[in-house]
Amino acid sequence: MITGDRKPLEEIAAMVEGFERVLILGCGTCVTVCMAGGEREAEETALALRLRGRERGVSREIWYANVERQCDEEFLQEAVDHVARADVVVSLACGCGVQHMVTVFPDLIVYPGLNTTFMGVTEELGVWAERCLGCGDCVLERTGGVCPITRCSKSLLNGPCGGSADGACEVDKTIPCGWQLIIDRLEAIGQLQRLDEVLPPKDWSKSHSGGPRFRIREDVRGTDDVEEGAQ
Amino acid sequence: MRSGSNLEKVLEAGHFAVTCELGPPKGADGEEVRELARLLKGNVDAANVTDNQTAVVRMSSIGAARLMLDEGLEPVMQMVTRDRNRIAIQSDILGAAAMGIKNVLCLTGDHQSLGNNPQAKSVWDIDSLQQLAMLKAMRDEGVDAVGEELKRSPEIFLGAAANPFGDPTSFRVTRLAKKITAGADFIQTQVIYDVARYEEWMEEARDRGLLDKVHVMGGIVPLKSAGAAKYMQKMVAGIYVPDEVVKRMKAAEKGKKEGRKIALELIEQLRTVKGNHGVHIMAIMWEKLIPKLTEEAGLLPRPKV
Ligand code: SF4
Ligand code: SF4
Repeated sequence: MITGDRKPLEEIAAMVEGFERVLILGCGTCVTVCMAGGEREAEETALALRLRGRERGVSREIWYANVERQCDEEFLQEAVDHVARADVVVSLACGCGVQHMVTVFPDLIVYPGLNTTFMGVTEELGVWAERCLGCGDCVLERTGGVCPITRCSKSLLNGPCGGSADGACEVDKTIPCGWQLIIDRLEAIGQLQRLDEVLPPKDWSKSHSGGPRFRIREDVRGTDDVEEGAQ
Repeated sequence: MRSGSNLEKVLEAGHFAVTCELGPPKGADGEEVRELARLLKGNVDAANVTDNQTAVVRMSSIGAARLMLDEGLEPVMQMVTRDRNRIAIQSDILGAAAMGIKNVLCLTGDHQSLGNNPQAKSVWDIDSLQQLAMLKAMRDEGVDAVGEELKRSPEIFLGAAANPFGDPTSFRVTRLAKKITAGADFIQTQVIYDVARYEEWMEEARDRGLLDKVHVMGGIVPLKSAGAAKYMQKMVAGIYVPDEVVKRMKAAEKGKKEGRKIALELIEQLRTVKGNHGVHIMAIMWEKLIPKLTEEAGLLPRPKV
């Protein structure tokens, strides 16, 4: 999932300063799961903004709504009535959702209500952790299913570095050393010999270093009503 | 000869080699480097020049190395992969070689979060092993990273760091093996205070046939005080300081004197470790000690090769 943290209320309040009708729009997928920008957080944010306005004697209309996925036009269209009424929308989706809203509703002013952080997993209730940087050339089969790009602070392909100590990374004692994890895991599955090889430099052109990426499937491109899951 | 550097010649001739460290200043005063170079010259075979050590901005190692050459002190230019991508690494190596720099130590570099610019974007396009392999190919095959021919290959003696006490324990010797496979001609180790444990690591390396292919130089850090010993023991990742050493420093009347004594003992012990071909003395901010220490340890005069 994609995770994020809601921006501080003051920052959001400063963004919407001077607008009359403010819509807080939640997103029902990733950011709902990580409890950052779903319907509940949209409601809380709207409430807090209203309260803040009332304390300062500002009267403006602030309400909230939610769509299943802001990164999908089909779902965004469901919010069309809300959007039509709003002077400004604070989107609690990830950065993809915010940008997609701007594309789908070109006349609309949309501001980000979240700081989008990473692609990761829920480690335990209330704890989320980064797992993948979308490098475009996955190496997990070589590293025991632990990503060196993401979980090593230096993205080393031939780690660990000299700073690994007692299982922790030199950056912070609370960060597990990704390379210690890789070695432990390969040892456990009997594949430690995989690390005898010196891995060559990575082809970063497949990552964002090669410029913004697109995925194109010519076989489905432009066909309107593809059934979900159809080949 | 791969580079014809003084360090390479000393090691290849079978002498017990001595290197030390020179930390470039935080400023643009070349005279500071020259002065240190004059102080160290003749007492060591070459001196490492650090590359923004601990991720704190200082004069570049390439610039300081050139100043050292002017003073007749051979540099071992340290180069971390933290701040440069493969384009910059290759180009800096060509420039360094053109200016007469002949030894390069390949390092990953401390994370920028530990330094004075934690807001910096990290690079790590390649790691230190990939850097070694890249520079080796430039030297031996005369090609750059994409296999394009170089008009003249950089003649450099390639070094790497190794930590006999590093984590994970089970991987220590494999890590050394990989550095040698990648292209290391010489190794400077992390600081050693426990020679017996260093010997175990060397023995395992010898059993795996690694020591015929590389010159290993043991690392020494002279201690200034009990506080410094304690700090290293507790705070610096990957450094092993036995309790006895801390105790000795605590019991001593004069910290510096005791630290010097311990360093002398360690140098003496390292001379008897099979396969250990020299010492690398790290005394940044205490460079004045080097001439005295090398003299007392009977390491002077340095061989002319
Ligand atoms: S190797 Fe690349 S694609 Fe695979 S998990 Fe890591 S960052 Fe993601
Ligand atoms: S300590 Fe481990 S995780 Fe941290 S940078 Fe070094 S190898 Fe990577």
